[in-house]
Parts: sequence; C-alpha cells; structure tokens
Amino acid sequence: MSGPDSQAQSPLFLPLVLGGGILFGFGLGYSHMARPEVVLDFLQFTDFGLLFVMFGAAIVTGLSFALIPRLRSSAPLTGQEYTRRLKSFDKNVLIGGAIFGVGWGLSGICPGAAYASLGIGNITILWAIVGMFAGAYVQGVWRSS
Amino acid sequence: MVTEFIDPAVYETLFPEGITRYAVGGLFVGLGAAVIYFGTGIIAGASTFLESTLSYVSDQSRFQRYRYDRDWRIVFTVGIIIGAAIYGVFWQGELWTTEVQPARLLLGGLLVGIGTRIGKGCTSGHGVCGVGSASKTSLVGVMTFLLVAIGTAQLVMAAGVNP
Repeated sequence: MSGPDSQAQSPLFLPLVLGGGILFGFGLGYSHMARPEVVLDFLQFTDFGLLFVMFGAAIVTGLSFALIPRLRSSAPLTGQEYTRRLKSFDKNVLIGGAIFGVGWGLSGICPGAAYASLGIGNITILWAIVGMFAGAYVQGVWRSS
Repeated sequence: MVTEFIDPAVYETLFPEGITRYAVGGLFVGLGAAVIYFGTGIIAGASTFLESTLSYVSDQSRFQRYRYDRDWRIVFTVGIIIGAAIYGVFWQGELWTTEVQPARLLLGGLLVGIGTRIGKGCTSGHGVCGVGSASKTSLVGVMTFLLVAIGTAQLVMAAGVNP
C-alpha cells in the first residue's frame, strides 16, 4: 500500500490527504451517516437511504479506479502505481464480517462515520471510539502472538 | 426523478427523508477517496487508522506493520472530522448528539473494532473502495456484515431496546 518513504514523496502529500479526508467527512455529515440513528433506520427498514450513500460512493470510486490509471501510469505525489483494492478471500472475511455486523447492528456506528460524528458535535460517540480502539487492540494482541 | 418510476406512496415509505442528502453525501465520500487515489495511488479505508495509531503506543507486530502509514492516516481522520464539522457548522447549525445508549455504543464499537480488522475492511474499505474495485472478497464481506447487521438491528428492535 505504501512504503517507508511514502510521507517523504512530496510536500503536498499530507495536504492532499487532508483535503480528501475533508471531502470524505463532509459526505458522511451531509448524508447523515454520522448519526447512528439514521444507520439504524436503514438496518431496521424504516429508511433505505443508506443504499444511495454506499453505492453512490462506490460508483465514484469505481469510475476513478477504472479511469485514472488510463490517464497516468503513476500517482503524481508518490510515484506509486495505480492498483485496485483486491484482498485475498479466506474465512476471516466471513468471521470478521459477522463480528463487524453484530457491532454495526447493535450500535449503528462504523469507523469512518464515528470519526465524522465527532465533527458534528456528537461527544457521546467517544464511547464507540474507545470501544473500537479496545477491539482493535484485543484482536491485534491476540493475532500478533 | 425516481418518483416517476415508482408509486409516490411506496417512495415515501422507502425514503421518508428523500434520497438527495444520501446520494449527494455518497458522491462526496467517493470524491474524497478518489482525490486521494489520484494524488497518491493510495486506496484509503477508515478502519486501518485504529491499528496504525495503536503502533505509537504498542510494539505488537500487528500494529507495527502499519507504522509507515500511521502519520497520514491520522491526517486523513482529522480531515474526516473537519469535513463533518463544516457540515455541522454551515448546514446543521447546532451541535448534535446521539440518543443511542453509551452501553450500546461501547459494546458495538468493541465488536466493530475486532470485526473490521479480522474481516479485512469496514464500510469504507470493503463497502466503498472494495466494491468500487469490483473485488469479490469485498462483495462477500459487504453481504456478510450487511445481513448480520440487519439481523442484529431487527433483534434489538424486537427486544424493545430504544434508543
């Protein structure tokens, strides 16, 4: 994904990542995904709007992953080659996905939306962020050994 | 435009808040990922931040493998918070806080933190970037967490837990 020198490639690297993050977070705010209640409304079948968020975003990334590599051979700020996000399949995808699903269904929060939720003033979401770090830590310690 | 194709009453039931906010928001989410991809070649998901940030305080190999990613991932997350704050200030106009109980948030967060790392991605990594890559692994991952989340949320509702 990126090597030891990735941050040193260009002085514009971090500003561009910040700008991308701002667009990403604005989208999560505007779409109301930063509100757990709206995610739960989707999961409980009272408002199916979330489908437009996920597929709307996937259409934009899909087009950019398909078209940008035709315009250039490598990224201007890192020299990195353009690839797609293709991860290998194994049973962890199902096990992890199921655990994620229980947590998502219980709380209505996922990582990106939880960070964005802080931005709209939702200080209560810190409970979920603390939980996510604790969960990531537990599995990391378990899987490192 | 959608209302020309489906019964207005059905539309109202499926999308009581309309679809504009969702579609426009989704386009911005995709645009943010696309800008980073164009400039850097990096396909950014939101959940690796959890492990990469833990590399500052833990020597576990699981976290240290992300040490070269950890600085820009913090910048990405700060950007997400700022972007949502721009929405909060100029559109929402007031602070908003959830009514969902802290216990649900904490336990749900714990499971999300475990599951997203074992399952190789979250709603942005698998859902937005993986689906955008037409990755079969991500499509299976999304179907798995979507169906399990729906089942869980329906049980929570049936049990009368609200908020």
